[in-house]
Formats: sequence, C-alpha cells, structure tokens
Amino acid sequence: MSPRASKSHPLNFEGLAERVLKLSDADETEVDIDATTDALTRFANNTIHQNVAEQEAGISVRVVVDGRTARSSTNKIDDESLRRTVAAAISLARNQPKNPDLLPMLRKQKYQKVSRYFAATANTTPEDRAKAVAKVCRMAEKSKQTAAGIFVSGSVQSAMANSRGLFARYEQTRSEFSVTILEKDSSGWAKSNSPDVRTIDPEALAETASKKATGSRAPREIPAGRYTTILEPPAVLDLVGFLFYDFAGTAVLDKRSCFTGRMGKRLFGENITLWDDAYHPLQTGLPYDGEGLPRQKVLLVDRGVPKNLVYARATAKKMKAKPTGHGFSLPNEYGEAPMNLVFAGGDKPVDEMVRTTERGILVTRLWYIREVDPYEKILTGMTRDGTFLIENGRVVGGLRNFRFNQSIIEMLANVLMLGPAVRAAGEESFEMVVPPMKVRDFHFSEVTKF
Amino acid sequence: MMQEWASLAIDTAKRRGATYSDARVMDVRHRDISTKNGEVGTLAESESLGIGIRVIASGAWGFAATDRLTREGVEACAAEAVAIAKASALAKHDNVAMVPEQAYVDTWQNPFLKDPFLIPVERQIDLLLAADKEMRRVKGITLAEGSISFRRIEQVFVSSIGSKIHQIKMQSGAGIVATSFAGSEIQKRSYPSSFGGQHMLQGYELIETFDLVGNAQRVAEECVALHSAEQCPEGQKTIILDSSQLGLQIHESIGHPIELDRVLGMEANFAGMSFLTIDKLRKLQYGSEIVNVVADARLQHGPGLGTFAYDDEGVPAQCTPIITNGLFTGYLTNRETAAAIGEKRSGGTMRCENWNRLPMIRMTNISINPGTWKFEDLIADTDDAIYMETNRSWSIDDRRYHFQFSTEIGWEIKGGKKGRMIKNPSYSGITTEFWNSCDAICSREYWTLWGTPNCGKGQPQQTMGTGHGASPARFRNVKVGVAFAK
Repeated sequence: MSPRASKSHPLNFEGLAERVLKLSDADETEVDIDATTDALTRFANNTIHQNVAEQEAGISVRVVVDGRTARSSTNKIDDESLRRTVAAAISLARNQPKNPDLLPMLRKQKYQKVSRYFAATANTTPEDRAKAVAKVCRMAEKSKQTAAGIFVSGSVQSAMANSRGLFARYEQTRSEFSVTILEKDSSGWAKSNSPDVRTIDPEALAETASKKATGSRAPREIPAGRYTTILEPPAVLDLVGFLFYDFAGTAVLDKRSCFTGRMGKRLFGENITLWDDAYHPLQTGLPYDGEGLPRQKVLLVDRGVPKNLVYARATAKKMKAKPTGHGFSLPNEYGEAPMNLVFAGGDKPVDEMVRTTERGILVTRLWYIREVDPYEKILTGMTRDGTFLIENGRVVGGLRNFRFNQSIIEMLANVLMLGPAVRAAGEESFEMVVPPMKVRDFHFSEVTKF
Repeated sequence: MMQEWASLAIDTAKRRGATYSDARVMDVRHRDISTKNGEVGTLAESESLGIGIRVIASGAWGFAATDRLTREGVEACAAEAVAIAKASALAKHDNVAMVPEQAYVDTWQNPFLKDPFLIPVERQIDLLLAADKEMRRVKGITLAEGSISFRRIEQVFVSSIGSKIHQIKMQSGAGIVATSFAGSEIQKRSYPSSFGGQHMLQGYELIETFDLVGNAQRVAEECVALHSAEQCPEGQKTIILDSSQLGLQIHESIGHPIELDRVLGMEANFAGMSFLTIDKLRKLQYGSEIVNVVADARLQHGPGLGTFAYDDEGVPAQCTPIITNGLFTGYLTNRETAAAIGEKRSGGTMRCENWNRLPMIRMTNISINPGTWKFEDLIADTDDAIYMETNRSWSIDDRRYHFQFSTEIGWEIKGGKKGRMIKNPSYSGITTEFWNSCDAICSREYWTLWGTPNCGKGQPQQTMGTGHGASPARFRNVKVGVAFAK
C-alpha cells in the first residue's frame, strides 16, 4: 500500500453542526468543529527516528441558559455522544452564578475571504517527507556533520455555527521544516513555516544551518555585559511574542499588562510600528474570532507609541470600546489577544547591520525564554545554535552561549536598525511577521559552558 | 471494546508486515474550572477517545493515530502506521532494536476516595469563589484567580508480544493566585504552588486538604506586602529553597538531563541535548554526598503525576537510582535506548500525552530523598541567607548546564532567624556546581510530592505531568539577584 497523503478530514461540517444545534434546547447554542490531519517526520543522528500521523475531529458545544454559559467538548460524533455533550454543557451552565457580562450570541456575519489551503501541502506523503529528509541527512554526512529536525505537513478545517444563524468556515494547510546541524562543539539552526509546502526549501535551510555550525566552531568565551546585538528574525519573534497578551483589553483591565497606564505615551523607539493583521499575505489563521466576529486590522503601536488594544465583545462593552474580533472562545477569563502580529520592517539587511558594527554579537535563535518582571517586561533566556562575535564589521567566530535578562520595552526603545519583515518561525511564540533588529546595549548577564 | 480495537490494530499491522507493534486506546476526560475577581472564567468539560498505533516495519518506526474507532478506521490507521514505517526506512542507518520485555496481562487503577466528576460543579465553583472573596478582601489586591482541574485517563495497551494492560488514572489539582499592581510593579503570590497549584494522582480529597479559603488572606497579604519589601541583593549568598521550588529545580536540572533520548541526540532540534554524556555514568559527582535522587513510578513512592503500574510500551513501573550519595548512577531509559548504556531492560519511562501522540521518554517521579534536618533547626543553623518560596520563573540552557530561577517571595535569614521579606528573589548557576553546594536537606515530615502538570517535550509537542518529591534544602555560595541586575 502506498502511504496516504495528509489530505483533509472527510467530515461533513455543515451537517454535523446542524445535528448538534437540533439536539439542544438551551436558550442559545454554539458549536465549533475542528478537524485536523497532521503528519510529522522527525530525524536525528542523520536518520528518521520518529514518523507520525494523526487524524482527529473535535466538536465543542457552548450553551447559554438563563444568562449563564458553559462548554463541553468531545471527539465522539455518534448521536448519543453528541446528545450527552450538549446535556453536559447545559448542566454545567445551570450550576453556576449568572454572568453579568454575557452578551447574546452573534447573528450571521460577513467574512473577508482568505486563501490558505494548498493541495500540494495536503497531498504531501510520508515518502515525500522522507525523501527530503534523506537528502538533508546525506548533505550533513558529506560535511561530517549531524542533522536533526522535523518536516511537517497537514491541514486543519474549522467551522462555527450558532442558533442565531451564524455560520463560519475555514480551512488551511500547514507545512514546516526545521533543521539543526551539529558539530563537535558547535551547532546551527534554520526553520521555515508556510501553508504552501512548495515555498519551503529543506536543502537551503540545511545549508544555512550547516554554515552556522561551521562558522561557530571552537566558540570562545567573552564576558557577559551589554553589547550591540543583531537579532535574526526568529530571535526577534521569540522575544516580542511575549508582548502579545499585553495588548488585550482584559489584561489592562486586570492590571497585568505592561501597557497599564502607558497607553498613548512614547514607550518604544520611533522606528517601532506594529499591527495585528489576520489578512496580511504572510499571516495565517482564522479570519474570525472565538465568538465568530470578523477579525479587524488594528494598529497597536504607532511610531513607538502604544495606540490601541484589542477587545472581545464583552471587554469592549466594559471598556467603552468597539470589539475588534480578537476574542477567545467563551467562556474564558483571558478575554482576547492579537494573534497575527505584523511589525513594520526597515531596509537594512543583516549583512549591513554586521558591516556597521564595530563590536557586537549576532544571535540566530533564543531558547527557554521566561518572564522575570511582567511590568518592565524583563525576559530571561539563552542564546542557542549559532551565536557569533562581530568585530570591525565582520563576523569573526562563534561564541559560547549567553543568558540574557533584558527588558523588551527597553530593547524596543534601543533599536538602531531594522531589516525587511519576514514570516519568522521560532519555538517560544506563534509565527509572526518580524524584521531582524540591531539593538543597542542588549543585556547578556551570564555565560554557559558551551 | 477498547481491547478489541487495540487487538484489531495489532493484527492488521502484523498482516501488513510489521515485525513489532503496540496500540494504545485512550479515553481521556477533563473538567476545568477557573474564577477571576468574583466571576466564573472557564467552565468546561471535554472528552477524547482514539487509538495510536506504533509499529516497526522494514526496520524503522511508524506511528498513526485516529479517532475513527470502527473496523475500517482502525484497520486503515494500522495500515498507515506500517506504510509510514516503510517510508522511514528510506532514511535509516540501522534497524531499530529493543531490549527484551515480558508480556503482561493486568488491570490497575490508582486509589482515590472521591471521584471529582461526581462532586457537584457548583460546590467546586463555590470553593474557588470563597477563596477569591478572601483574597479581594485585602486592600491592594487587583486580581484574584483560582482554578481547579480534573483528569480521568483510561487506557488499554496491547502489544504484539502479548501484553494486554488496562489502566485508569484519576488526577486532581487546584490553586489560587493573588496579584497586586502598584506604582510600576506587579507582584503575585500563589498557593499551594504557582502555575496552576498542586496536582496529584488522587481524587477530590486532595483538593479538600489544601484549605484554599483558609490560606487566601495570607497569600493576598504577602502579595501586597511585597511592594514595600527589600529588593533581593546581588552577589554570592547561601540560599534555602522551599520544597516546591526545589521540586522544579530537580525537574529542570536533574529530570531533563537524565532523559537518555536527549543524551543520544534525539531531541537535538527542539528540547536540546544534555551535558550528561554516557561517559559520565557512575563517574560524575553530580551533587554533594547528601544528595540522593530516584526516578520512581511505583505507587509506593506516592500518588504523583509520574505514578503508574506500566509505562506506555508495557514495561512495569520501577525505581531507578539517579544520584546515589552524590554520584550520577542512572538515566531514564526505554526499550530502544537502554542497550546504549549496557542495560538489559528498559527503566520503564515511556509515556504519551494522549492516544494521538507517540510515547517517548518522560520523567516519572524524580524525587530527592529526605535528609535529617528539622526546618526550624536548619533556619537556626544558618547565619546569613535568603529563604526563597514558590517559583515565579524558570529557564535553563539546551544542555541543562546554566539555569536561572526566580521565586515569588523571599525572606532574609540573619543569625539563625527568619527576618525581613525580600522581593524579586532570583538565583542562577551551573547544575553540578549547584548540587554540589547542597549541605542540608530537611527530613521526611517536610517532604512533599509536587506535581508539575505542564512539562513540554517532543515534536509534535506533548504536555506531561511529572512528580517531584522534595523537602527544603540549603545551598552555599549561590549567585543571587542577577535577574534584576541593571
């Protein structure tokens, strides 16, 4: 038998949503359906060591009963299980206090079309992935290096319907290739992520990672301190990703956002402008939020000044603002968040950033980032897989990895140069459109052993 | 039906050419409740049922999972697993080999007194709202939060060597958090621990032991007081860690580095590797002579999140000495990796998050054995130190050498007495230097088996619950205060 491709889930979304709605006698009922078909080929030590595929469909039902709401979910789609799931949601809803913030479910909405489903990705087979991985492993062996990584392909299909006539449907494919190339005392890394597998070039990514591993051999140790630092897009992504929830109206209401008391005041450099834009050509994800409201493009930071927050419907009502289509599925305590961040970039490529640096550090990737101070937004973490010393405008060799303790607010006030914004993929944040940055006085606090 | 589906998968895989196969049918039920500032936040239940089939064919691994539990669905899934394994063989070096294991036919369920799913949900909400009210009674609290969660995991494991194992695990957990924003500072205090509280393999009786309401006011008062506390100094200090923080220290700087798949490079692209290369086994002085650490999945160790009867490749729960009198003595292994360190049998640490995930080496209960000190005596014996409680942030490099932790609150120890409150405590160091600086561990009466419900590993990433038994301990000459250094 030929391995089957990771093609889309064969579920009848409309029919299933109708079945669930008919089973409910709650005041209002909402049904969310998500079907996933995913496959991931994983390699290490120049061989495939894990190779997996999954197919799943989940149904989630939210009901409103007498001003109270609750949710119940299942992946069992027989009538009895669906009836039990609806009954569980109703029972949960009944057994709680009234929710004074609860709004009626939305009526039918109009959605902007986005096209993020590619048959080439959905039809990628295990053999396709294995052949690409085998090429990368052979490249590594030829260079006396060791390759490890993943090749992902799959699709997700979603539908939302409610008893007030709303119906939304979305489908998207996804593909991802990530590769680490290891040498005895160094490593390099590269990663790409796209709905269209044809835009991913595993060999080119492996080549980039290989060069980083070669270039960082015999890493030297330099003292911790504040350095001019060039952050490649994945490093920028994994840092600024920690800001995303601070833009939630609920986070400001709860006084846990770093923008509490700081909206409208200059916080970052004038070269920092940031939107949330689900429709940007390099973005992915649903064009509607957890209540079915269309997502809007929102200017979050305008030339260094935090301008706008995003709001779910209930948050908007509390804060006398307009909802922006960023709410999470109800019920929840977090409200909303921008999920499609797009930074305005600049025109300085990384090469030029290096050329104009007398002494500094070039960072490929960061790791294990955690928040140390939520208001000053101090983050800690490590560099990883390609950290380089720059002297007199040239990369002169690899460095032992650093720990950093750096306020992101301070960092975005110290950006000296910006490169073109790209779709970046890291490990600590969801994918965003971010530029490389050259930053003044980035704070590396300690050095590790490799 | 669970066993029939699993057996059908094994039979199909064999017919398709698999030389080994195992299947897990899992039925997982969740209940999650949260409250915030006097209102219900999340109120949700979910269930998930499906099968994951792992095979060796053409000498390589394949895995497929589906929630289509019909004859057609299970057969197609098993056939897909075999086809994927054959595709894996396109990029293989050697055939997969595993150390031998016996077949087991068994049924097991962790003991619990009160099924949390049978406790009325309004009682659970009322508990959280009562604690919430107590926290908000304290002036200066800007955010009061509480959460309760329950998991019931039923699974059937069948393998081609003849094992048929049925296990049911019931897990409960809860916690509260008070947050205060003032000036330009956000402070928080959590109870019984941070990031979701305490979780164990127990029923609702666990939640009743916490006394969330009784602790709410204290937690809130400490939170507000932090604003006017002294900042943690910067320099080399003696520190004493409370047992929950020590549990996380064990998790990050012992639990992860001893995962043999990580040591062998299998996690190099994501979770990273380990400084604990094989040449260090039984040679490295990991810690001081009073440091004894075990990986113990057996129920007799306690009802931790790493407790089970059999792991997810059918190997019985075991206790492996990891650090013995300070010497590094053992890894976490599975049937595939055990031979790499000359072991004849797996250590039984293969675990998967759910039916749609591949089992992989995970921590079980990685615990430090209790020492001999009474906590009061330890404080009295300490001249100048900071006592740090309840984790606030954690980070460690991808080979697990260099770590940095901060905690929610600290207390100055001067002349053998607990004194002023310290805010923003943090400490950092190199793993083996840190563990070798341990000179006192408190006794069994201060030992708690903490649950870490959110350990991430693997691609696709899996979240797993792990257990960490610890009692307060003292460490000398540790770097403190770096996290907030200017």
